[in-house]
Amino acid sequence: MADKLRVATVWFSGCSGCHMSFLDLDERLVEFATKAQLVYSPVVDIKEFPEGVDVTLVEGAVGNSEQLHLAREIRRKSKLVIAFGDCAVTGNVPSMRNPIPREEVLRVSYGEGEIPGLEEGEVPKLLPQALPLGMVIRVDGFLPGCPPSADRIWKFLKQVLAGEAPALAGEDLRFG
Amino acid sequence: MIRLQIDGRPVEARPGQTILQAAHQAGIRIPTLCFLEGLSPVGSCRICLVEIENWNGKLVPACVTEVEEGLRVVANSPRLRELRRRVLELLFAERNHICAICVSSGHCELQDLACELGMDSVRFPYRFPGLAVDASHRKFLIDHNRCVLCGRCVRACSEVEGAVTWGFAGRAVHTQVAPDLGVPWVEAESCTECGKCVQACPVGAIVERGKATAEQEKRPQVLVEITERRPRG
Repeated sequence: MADKLRVATVWFSGCSGCHMSFLDLDERLVEFATKAQLVYSPVVDIKEFPEGVDVTLVEGAVGNSEQLHLAREIRRKSKLVIAFGDCAVTGNVPSMRNPIPREEVLRVSYGEGEIPGLEEGEVPKLLPQALPLGMVIRVDGFLPGCPPSADRIWKFLKQVLAGEAPALAGEDLRFG
Repeated sequence: MIRLQIDGRPVEARPGQTILQAAHQAGIRIPTLCFLEGLSPVGSCRICLVEIENWNGKLVPACVTEVEEGLRVVANSPRLRELRRRVLELLFAERNHICAICVSSGHCELQDLACELGMDSVRFPYRFPGLAVDASHRKFLIDHNRCVLCGRCVRACSEVEGAVTWGFAGRAVHTQVAPDLGVPWVEAESCTECGKCVQACPVGAIVERGKATAEQEKRPQVLVEITERRPRG
């Protein structure tokens, strides 16, 4: 167990489609599990982001204060941080709110009365813009796609599992 | 004939031909965006930058630079690939190019270039401007968020259709293409509704109405087909 790669996945401002696509690895998940263990993820029940993570896949743009905080914590605790899918790579759909003032986005979404996310509270404060991960922390690899197909994810993960610096080329870089 | 070298290969070209034409004849690929066969080249996008070794490594756009005897042209190198990628990143950072929800996804020259030039991310801060969509016309619409200001619509409209509906309005980062000096498209009396601007547009900016994500395919080659059929003289 000790020599297994310690992999984490996180879900920021995104639709979870990248994680669904990850689960579409199907039988390849068995091979993945022989070489890596998931130490933090929406699909496992671990509450704190652990120390000493080898690779963290980040789905989603950075859209609120909690995600910003966790992004920086992930950077400190991970050797490799990967922007996983178009939202983390470019901002993608969550960034469509960026030209609109934050207050207006929330008022249109929640109507009159108390607006969650306007200020820091039980719900984290919405950032003025949903940002690509690379505009918030240093990112070591990019896995574009909306979502990236399971085949593309596997091609990328195989490089990671082999200890190579992961990099895709050509059609595997196609956004959308 | 004029003799020159492109990527170390001897190439022949006729006087007046551009480096881009000479390279294409020799089967050497130079990526382009604002260039479209059938329209006059303008060299505005800078994607086709090449290096002239015997001009001290000067960078010139291949689509508007004429061949000269003895030129040693570098069309493909790590330096050029990096420069072209940076130009492309600036185009992506300038407006809101969201492939996942775009009608032209899968049929887009900007998206294709990102694959070709290895653009896995944009290293410049995105501007996220709030730009309008003009859907006033009954057949077409223009989404300025996706426009790269290549001017292919402007040239197709004036050079091929002869309507001169499209032009540029504004300056620098505020530049936009605009019909009839900036009226809503539906009010542009010079527009013949020919749709050549749609076919010329390399991205999902000028499109047919009613298309869903990834449904908008285009035939930019229609412009050269029309101009080649046209009687000369």
